[in-house]
Amino acid sequence: MAAAARLFLRGANSKLSIAPGSLGTTLLKLSPNCSSRTKTQRRHAAHFTFQPDPVPSQYGPTQKMNLFQSITSALDNTLASDPTAVIFGEDVAFGGVFRCTVGLRDKYGKDRVFNTPLCEQGIVGFGIGVAVAGATAIAEIQFADYIFPAFDQIVNEAAKYRYRSGNMFDCGNLTIRAPWGCVGHGSLYHSQSPEAFFAHCPGLKVVIPRSPIQAKGLLLSCIADKNPCIFFEPKILYRAAVEQVPEDPYTIPLSQAEVLQEGSDVTLVAWGTQIHVLKEVASMAQEKLGVSCEVIDLQTILPWDIETVCKSVVKTGRLLISHEAPVTGGFASEISSTVQSQLLVALNLIASPSSSSFIQTVESSQEKTLC
Amino acid sequence: MIPQDYLGLAFFSMLCCFWPLGIAAFYLSQKVLQLQQTFDSSLEKPQFPGASAEFVDQLEFIQPNVISGIPVYRVMDRQGNIINPSQDPQLSKETVLNFYQKMTMLNTMDRILYESQRQGRISFYMTNYGEEGTHIGSAAALDPNDLVFGQYREAGVLMYRGFPLDHFMAQCYANADDLGKGRQMPVHYGSKDLNFVTISSPLATQIPQAAGAAYAVKRENTNRAVICYFGEGAASEGDAHAGFNFSATLECPLIFFCRNNGYAISTPTNEQYRGDGIAARGPGYGMLSIRVDGNDVFAVYNATKEARRRAVAENQPFLIEAMTYRIGHHSTSDDSSAYRSVDEVNYWDKQDHPISRLRHYMTARGWWSEDDERSWRKQSRKTVMEAFERAERRLKPNPELLFTDVYQEMIPSLNKQRESLWRHVQQYKENYPLDLYEK
Repeated sequence: MAAAARLFLRGANSKLSIAPGSLGTTLLKLSPNCSSRTKTQRRHAAHFTFQPDPVPSQYGPTQKMNLFQSITSALDNTLASDPTAVIFGEDVAFGGVFRCTVGLRDKYGKDRVFNTPLCEQGIVGFGIGVAVAGATAIAEIQFADYIFPAFDQIVNEAAKYRYRSGNMFDCGNLTIRAPWGCVGHGSLYHSQSPEAFFAHCPGLKVVIPRSPIQAKGLLLSCIADKNPCIFFEPKILYRAAVEQVPEDPYTIPLSQAEVLQEGSDVTLVAWGTQIHVLKEVASMAQEKLGVSCEVIDLQTILPWDIETVCKSVVKTGRLLISHEAPVTGGFASEISSTVQSQLLVALNLIASPSSSSFIQTVESSQEKTLC
Repeated sequence: MIPQDYLGLAFFSMLCCFWPLGIAAFYLSQKVLQLQQTFDSSLEKPQFPGASAEFVDQLEFIQPNVISGIPVYRVMDRQGNIINPSQDPQLSKETVLNFYQKMTMLNTMDRILYESQRQGRISFYMTNYGEEGTHIGSAAALDPNDLVFGQYREAGVLMYRGFPLDHFMAQCYANADDLGKGRQMPVHYGSKDLNFVTISSPLATQIPQAAGAAYAVKRENTNRAVICYFGEGAASEGDAHAGFNFSATLECPLIFFCRNNGYAISTPTNEQYRGDGIAARGPGYGMLSIRVDGNDVFAVYNATKEARRRAVAENQPFLIEAMTYRIGHHSTSDDSSAYRSVDEVNYWDKQDHPISRLRHYMTARGWWSEDDERSWRKQSRKTVMEAFERAERRLKPNPELLFTDVYQEMIPSLNKQRESLWRHVQQYKENYPLDLYEK
C-alpha cells in the first residue's frame, strides 16, 4: 500500500535499520545482540501507535471498550431502541469473525440477528429491500475486499433509489458495515481500502472512524441517517484501539471533519488508521523540524467537509494527505484537486473554475500550494 | 467448545440427594442430547451435515428432464373453453369484464405510445404485447397492499391497480406531472400509493430486494405478501440466484413470477439456459414451483392466488414460471425481424393470445358482443388519446429537480453545482429553452 505522504519516517523502535547506499547496494545492519536467524523470522508488525482520545464527559457513564466492542455497543443500542432493526451477513449469528455481534442474537432473537448465505450481492440487495420496506437494515460484508460483487446493488440501486423514484421510495434505512484497511498480514484480499470507488457515487455516504469513541458515535449517525451509508471499520484497530466509550447511545455528526490539533505550517489530512500515524508525524515534525502541523480527521469521505479542510489550508498554505489505498485515483486526488481549485479562486489567482485559463494556472501554482 | 450437557451435574446432584436439582439437570441433559446429532458410524445412513439422502451403490448421473419437463398448468384451451370445470375460478361477470378491459386498455396504450416514439414525441417505449394475461391474472390475485417489484414489462399490473393513464403518459413524456420527477427513461414507472416499487434499468436487481422486503413485511405481521416479476433472461443474473436462495433460507412470504416470453432481446431461450426453464430451478433452492400457461389469465390467477395464500400462511417463497410469448419487439430500439420470422410472431398474435382467449370465454357466456367490442375499442382509444394529448402539452419539470433527492437533504457540494448550472444558463439563456420547463 502506498501512502500519499511526502514525509516518510521510520519507527524509532525498530531494531533493523537500512543504511542508505547507492541504488542496489543497501546493507542490512542488525543489532549485535541478536542472531540473524531470529531477526528475519520475526514478523515485523505494522508500525503505528493507537492514540486514544480523552474520556468524553458529555455522554454519560463510560466503559473500557476496544473497537469491536464499541461496535457491538452501538448495535446493541440500536436493536434495543428500534424494533424494526435487523443485523445480517455471513457468520454474524455466532458473533462475527471479528466479534462485532457477540451476544446480540441471544439477546434480541434469531429473527433480528441472522446469517445469510455466502453472497455479497444478495446481502446488499436483501438489505436494500428491508430498508425499502421501512425497516432498519444493518448489513455486514465480511471484508471490504469482498464488497465488489455488491457494487452494482450499491451504486446502481441503493445510491439512486430516492432520486430515480422521485422520492417515492428510498433505502435510507440501510447501513453497510465492513472491516477495512491493512492489518499487517492481510495481503491483497484482507487489507483493501475501497473508499475511493464509492466516493464517486452520489447518493451514498462513506464513513471511516479512527477509534472506538468515534466508531460508536459515527455508526449510530449512519444508522440514523436517511441515506444509504457504508461504514468501514479499520480492522487493525478492532483489538488494538481501547478507549473509555459511553454506554448510552450518542451521535457524532457526519460530514464534519475534526481538527485534532491546530497548527500553522502544514495541514495533514487522513482517516481511519492513518490518523494515528499522522499524529505521530506531527509530533516528530515539531520536535525535529520545528514544523507546526494541523491534523484533520476527515471521518466522512462522502460527502466530505470541504470547508474545514480549505479553511485550514488557507491558514497553513500547505496540504498533505495520507491514505492506505493506491495513489492513482485515490481519495487524496479528489481532496487535492478540490482544495487547489477552491483556494486558487479564493486567493483570486484565477477566475472561477469554468474559466479556460484554469488548468494552466493550477499547474504553475502547484509548487506554491504543496510542499 | 463442547456444549454443556448437564449430565454430570445431574448424576452428582442425585448422588448427593439433591433430587430437585438432579431431576432438573437430568431433564435438561436429555433435551441437549436430542438437539445434538448423535454420530453413529455403524449406521448405514449418511451422517453429512450437508445432505441426508440415502446411500446408493450404482454410478448414475441424474438426467435433467428437458424433453417432458415440468408440465404447463392451464384452465382454458386456446379457444377459451374451460377444460376442467373444478379449476374455473368462477369469477363474476364484472370481474372478468374488468380483466378484459384492463388488458385491452393496456394494448391500446401500447399502440399509441409506441407510435408516439416513432414520431419523435417520446424518446423510448416498451410494449407488453402478448403478455397482458400474465400482468392482469397475477395482479388480480394479490391484495392491493402487497408490494410489487417489477422488471419493466409489467405495466398491466399498475394498470390493474388503477394507475391513471395521465401518470403513465407523464412518465413517458417526463413532464412536470411525472411522479418520478422526469428523471428516468420511459416505462420506468413507480407508485407509492399503489405499492409498486419504481422500475430500474439494471436487470434482476429487484430479486434480492424483494426477498429483503418480504422479510421485513413478515416481521410486521400484517399478512402482506411481496411479488417479484422478472423475465427468463434476467433469471440468468447472479442476483436471481441470490434472491431465490435468500428467500428460501430466510423463509420469506414472496412470490417469484417469471415471465418466460421466449426472448431476451434477440437471445432465444435455448441460448439462455439448457435446463428445464426457470421452474425447474425452484426445487434446487428448496422452493415450491409451478409452470403455468401465461396466456391463460385464469391459470395465472389461480396459481398466483394459491401461491400468495400459502406464502403468507407458511412464510415460504413460491416460484411461478408463466410461459408466454413476446409478440412485440424488445423495445423501440429493436427490430425483431432481424432474429425471428414473421410467421412465428403471427402464430402467437392470431392463434394464442391472452386477450382473444378471454374474449372467447366471455362471448361464450353472452357477456360480450361485437357491439360491446366496437364501442369499447372506440372508447378506450379516445381515453388514451385524450391523456396523450394532455401529456404532450404539459411543461417539463423544473431543472432544480436535477439536484434534489440525491440525498434526503441538499449537500453543499451539490448546491454549488446547482448554482454553477444556473449561472451558466443565465449567461447563455438564448441556448436553453427555459420556456418548456416549469418555473
